[in-house]
Amino acid sequence: MIPAPYRVRSRRPDRADTVTLTLEPVEGTCPPFLPGQFTMLYAPGVGEIPISVSGHARSGGYVQTVRAVGPVSRALCRARRGDIVGVRGPFGTHWELSRARGMDVVVAAGGLGLAPLRPVIRELVAHGARYGRISLIAGTRTPATLIYPRELARWGRDLDVQVTVDHPDRTWTGPTGLITKLVARIVFDPGRTYAFVCGPELMMRATAGELLRRGVPAGRIALSLERNMKCGIGRCGHCQLGPLFTCLDGPVLTYDRVAALLEVRQL
Amino acid sequence: MRTCPHGVEDGGEAAVLDDLDPLVGALRERGFAVVGPVARDGVIRFAELGSAADLPRGLADEQAPGFYRLHERGELVFGFAASPDAVKRYTHPPRSVLFRMRGGVPEKVPPRAGKVALLGVRACDLAALAVQDRVFLGGRHPDEAYRERREALFLIAVTCAAPGGTCFCASMGTGPRPTSGFDVALTELTGPHRFLAEAGSERGAELLAALPSRPAGDADRAAAREVGAAAARMGRRVDLDGVRERLIERRESPLWDEIASRCLTCAACTMVCPTCFCVTVEDGVDLADGTAERAERWDSCFTLGFSELGGAPLRSSGAARYRQWLSHKFSTWVDQFGTYGCVGCGRCVTWCPAGIDITEELERLR
Ligand SMILES: Cc1cc2nc3c(=O)[nH]c(=O)nc-3n(C[C@H](O)[C@H](O)[C@H](O)COP(=O)(O)OP(=O)(O)OC[C@H]3O[C@@H](n4cnc5c(N)ncnc54)[C@H](O)[C@@H]3O)c2cc1C
Ligand code: SF4
Ligand code: SF4
Ligand code: FES
Repeated sequence: MIPAPYRVRSRRPDRADTVTLTLEPVEGTCPPFLPGQFTMLYAPGVGEIPISVSGHARSGGYVQTVRAVGPVSRALCRARRGDIVGVRGPFGTHWELSRARGMDVVVAAGGLGLAPLRPVIRELVAHGARYGRISLIAGTRTPATLIYPRELARWGRDLDVQVTVDHPDRTWTGPTGLITKLVARIVFDPGRTYAFVCGPELMMRATAGELLRRGVPAGRIALSLERNMKCGIGRCGHCQLGPLFTCLDGPVLTYDRVAALLEVRQL
Repeated sequence: MRTCPHGVEDGGEAAVLDDLDPLVGALRERGFAVVGPVARDGVIRFAELGSAADLPRGLADEQAPGFYRLHERGELVFGFAASPDAVKRYTHPPRSVLFRMRGGVPEKVPPRAGKVALLGVRACDLAALAVQDRVFLGGRHPDEAYRERREALFLIAVTCAAPGGTCFCASMGTGPRPTSGFDVALTELTGPHRFLAEAGSERGAELLAALPSRPAGDADRAAAREVGAAAARMGRRVDLDGVRERLIERRESPLWDEIASRCLTCAACTMVCPTCFCVTVEDGVDLADGTAERAERWDSCFTLGFSELGGAPLRSSGAARYRQWLSHKFSTWVDQFGTYGCVGCGRCVTWCPAGIDITEELERLR
């Protein structure tokens, strides 16, 4: 339960309330992570929260994107270069990219859900030949809340990237409305498709539902669940969803394992 | 004396003690703080004992849903059933500091784990310890602080002579007779008043050998058997057959709302429960020297903040919170840890201010 001290090596504001940090261990190297895993990030004296690992920096640290929504995330977003934060982990299950080899791949992100999917997308861009058709669809509230806009443009050179916004502004020329509309538009062979879905729970259920309707089996639709997490290691009890500890059995779970649980209100 | 984990009824060696004072003294000599039941403010609590004279001789409890009273009755030292304090207090304390962070370096806070001898531990408490062992030590991330506190314990168990009005350990298969997991087990006998003692470990045997005692005779054994048999006749029971699956099928039952109309969501049941392990964390900074401290303390799935997500509680209704509690105990705990999360101690029934009785609710959910 004791975090290792990490130094903020760089801090890049993404959006008004979102910051991407590169964190390097004060001593030694950071343990390897698998795409989709998270760390417990500790703002000294303020608190500790689960944040997904969005990548490895070339220098060796973790890249993590934090949106300021409450006391701890605000404190982390305020951290400056050279500041010390605490890191435990990485913890949890991962996006099983190996299961998607040779198949069409759908990556669907809602809002900040792009952050945990970033390492998946980078792998798909780097090794596109290992997969079939690759589509990346993303939904965001407004054009201004979209994270990683420059990377999205770059990924668009290799993948079919489509972004939809709920509330367009005057500059927006792309699609508007729910991400499920995009699911209906992209091209994939449902019987040979693997999907990685991350975002608010309603968005994930709607997207999974649409993928199911198009014929993708529930066992090949991976979601990343969010629950209150105080420990990340199966001790605090907060993240339970029926029999699952979201921190240990998740956060990444296939839809066949969670669909029935997510249907029960307030489980 | 040879160790005998199976209990005196199986014909193991046993000694008879006339008085517990030498036992308390010998444990103190061996460096243990001896903690046992004492009567305080009308309730039996665990507290450090100066001598065996501090034990609550001649007191019996009356327990019912939402009801607890002590009466002067009989001559037994252990003439009562489970009290609100469980062993959990010593293995998984209500609050513990995890670390302090000074100048960017987190420092482990050494646990104050002095050696503790717990006197008067019941079979259900031992079963709860075994459940806790699975929770804290059985997984991928064993809790070293728990391990240290656990290993600092010396356990002196007692066969329940009188089951409480809310007990159902017999149907959970956890009691009333301690069969394993103790250092010494006592059975209190009357006419004349004496204790039959058996060792459950090498150090238990070593301790007993150092005490004034005489070997148990057939009459002592017969009397001990009678104590165990009498205690097994308890009022409450649960039917475990299919309970795990049933609770899954009943997730959307209207009964949860009905129970919630009586439940105060006060969390008392989770606080007294010997197996509930949930914690939250508290962070703070010492303004004098800037040291940051992080502590964990007991939490409960009955609190609103427990399931907070994105600024709102996920289990906002009392029905959802009661469902979490009962389903965890009798259904999802089995998936997670391979045992039930309930040992049938009856504490949650007794200490529920609304008198909600899980054995009754389980029966209604059939
Ligand atoms: C596995 C996992 C991975 C995660 N990965 C990331 C990640 O990569 N990046 C990231 O930024 N977050 C991520 N999160 C979410 C992140 O953990 C929470 O945002 C964080 O716990 C908030 O903590 P806090 O102390 O800042 O706010 P809290 O103490 O939780 O307080 C939240 C307060 O902020 C307000 N609030 C919170 N959320 C909202 C909202 N959606 N709308 C309106 N008000 C709100 C409420 O008023 C509430 O009182 C992840 C969560 C999980 C479980
Ligand atoms: S659920 Fe109730 S009866 Fe069961 S172990 Fe916990 S407090 Fe005892
Ligand atoms: S019943 Fe509730 S408080 Fe007890 S262990 Fe389960 S989730 Fe935690
Ligand atoms: S976050 Fe504590 S048990 Fe999962």
